[in-house]
Amino acid sequence: MLRLSHISKTFNPGTTDSKKALDDLSLDVNDGDFITIIGANGAGKSTLFNAIAGSFITDSGKIELNGKDISLMPEHKRARKIGRLFQDPMRGSAPGMTVEENLALAAGRGGWLSHVSKADKKSFRERVALLDMGLENRMNQPVGLLSGGQRQALTLMMATFEPPELLLLDEHTAALDPATAEKVLSLTESIVAENKLTCMMITHNMQSALELGNRTIMMNAGKIIMDISGEERKSITVNDLLLKFREASGKNLNNDRMLLI
Amino acid sequence: MSLGSALTLLQTASELGLISALTVLALYLSYSMLNVCDLSTDGCFTFGATVGAVVTLSGHPFLAIPAAMAAGVASGFITAFLQTKMGINSLLAGIIVNTALYSINIAVMGNSSILNMNKCDTVFTKMLALVKDTPFKEQYKLIVAAIAVIAVGVLLALFLRTKLGLAIRATGNNPDMVRSSSINPVFTTIVGLCVANSFTALSGCLLAQSQKSVNIDIGTGMVTIALASLLIGNVFMGRKKIPLQIVGLVLGAFVFRLVYTIALRLDMPAFMLKFVSSVIVIAAISVPYLKTQFPLFKRRFAQRFGKGSV
Repeated sequence: MLRLSHISKTFNPGTTDSKKALDDLSLDVNDGDFITIIGANGAGKSTLFNAIAGSFITDSGKIELNGKDISLMPEHKRARKIGRLFQDPMRGSAPGMTVEENLALAAGRGGWLSHVSKADKKSFRERVALLDMGLENRMNQPVGLLSGGQRQALTLMMATFEPPELLLLDEHTAALDPATAEKVLSLTESIVAENKLTCMMITHNMQSALELGNRTIMMNAGKIIMDISGEERKSITVNDLLLKFREASGKNLNNDRMLLI
Repeated sequence: MSLGSALTLLQTASELGLISALTVLALYLSYSMLNVCDLSTDGCFTFGATVGAVVTLSGHPFLAIPAAMAAGVASGFITAFLQTKMGINSLLAGIIVNTALYSINIAVMGNSSILNMNKCDTVFTKMLALVKDTPFKEQYKLIVAAIAVIAVGVLLALFLRTKLGLAIRATGNNPDMVRSSSINPVFTTIVGLCVANSFTALSGCLLAQSQKSVNIDIGTGMVTIALASLLIGNVFMGRKKIPLQIVGLVLGAFVFRLVYTIALRLDMPAFMLKFVSSVIVIAAISVPYLKTQFPLFKRRFAQRFGKGSV
C-alpha cells in the first residue's frame, strides 16, 4: 500500500553540516499493517515521516501510495490520504478556534463556501463524546483552553475523521502524563482497529513498540536495520532489541528518552 | 458648543468613521485572522481611490465601486503572491507593493498627483438626489457609508463562517496544523489578502468620492489609523463572537474619529492625526505586554531600593 524505493535525503548538502538523514531506504508497508518504529535520536525516524507526508521532497527515490506515485506531490495534497499526529499536542489544532470549528475543518465536508449545518454539529458532538473526555460539552470553547491530553485526543479524532489511507503517529503520546498517554494510546488502538487503518508509529517505549501493532522496524543512521513481524516478533524481548541494536550499529541503544521497560 | 454643532461633529465623525471602518474590517481579516501585517494597505487605499476616481470622472460612479474593489483584489493578490510563492518576507512584500503602487497611482491619475471630482456625479451626489425631499437630506453621506459598512460587515461575518473562512482563520492561528492538513496555506493566504484588500480599496474609493477629490497622499498612514481603530474596537468586543467583534470594530473606527474630531475642535492641529494614531497603536499593543512585566519591575525595584529582599 505504501512503497518506498531507495529514498535518500541529505540536509545541508555540500557543507560541513551535511547530514545524510535518509540513506537509500526502501520499505514496503502492507495494507492493514500497524508498524512501530524505534531507533536512537537522529536515526531518521521523523525524517522518514516528513518524507512520506511531503514536508520535503526527497533527493532521490520513489514514494508510492496505493499504486500512485506521490514522490513530487505537495504536502497538503498528500494530507488528504495521510493523517498525521506530532509529539507536540499544540501542533495539530488551532487554539483560537472552537472545538467545533476545528472539527469542521477536519471533516472536510462540502465546498469552500459551505457552512457547518445543524446535522454536522450533532455528528461532531457524537464523535467527540466517543473520546470520553467531556469535550462534547465544550464544543464552543476555544481549543487553547483544553489540556494537552484533550488536545491530542481531539487531534487524533480530527486526523481520522475521514479515515486516511495511512496514519503517521510521531511519538504522539510522549508529551503527555502517563495516565493520559495510556488513554490516548488505547484510543489510538481502538480507532485504528475500528477503521482498519494502516498505521506507522514512532515510539521511545520499547515495551509498547513490541506490544502494539503487528510489525516493528528499527532505524539507525537513515537506514532500516531491523524489520520483524509474525512469530519472530512474538518471541523477541526488549533485551533482544537492545542487543540487536548494538550488533547493527556498534553502539548502545540508550539515552535519557528511551523507556526500556 | 451648541447642540447643532455637536450633532454636526457627531455626523462628520460617523461618516469618516464608517468609511475608514471598511479598512478596519480589511485589517481584521489580514491582521487578526490571517496574522499578516499587510503594509500595502496605504498604497491599496490610494489605489482604490484613484481607480474609483477615474471611473467616476468617466461618468460611472457606481461602476467605480467594483472597479476599485477589483484593483484591491489585484494588489492583494500580488502582495500574497510575493510572500507565498516568491519567498519574500510578508512585511517586506507589503512595503514593496506599497512603493510600487505610488507610481501606479500617479499613472492611474494620468501623470498627476491630484484629481478633482467637483463637476461630476458621485455615489454620494446620487444619494443626495434621491433623498433631497426627505428629512434625511443632510445625512446623505452617512446613508451611503452605512450601507457600505453593513453590506461588507454582513458579508465578512458570513464569509468567516464558511469552510474557506475557517481555513483562513486556521492559517493565521496555527500554520503548522494547516500545513499538515489538506488545506493549502498558499491558497488561503491569497484569498484572504485579496478579500481584505478589496475592502481597503472600497474604503479609499468611498473617501475620495465623498470628499470629491483624490490626491496621492490620501492613504498615507491609513494602516496605522486603521490598526488604532481595530485595537480600540477589540477593547469593546475582543472576546465576543465574530459578528459582535465586527460591530465592535465599526464602533472602534467611529470612536477613533470622534476623539480626533473633538481634538480638532479643541485646536489640535489637523496634522497631528497620524501622530495620535501612532501613539494609540503603541499604547494598545504595548500596555498588555508591560502589564505582564510589571510584577518583575516591582520586585527588581524593591530589591534595589527597598528592604534588600523580597
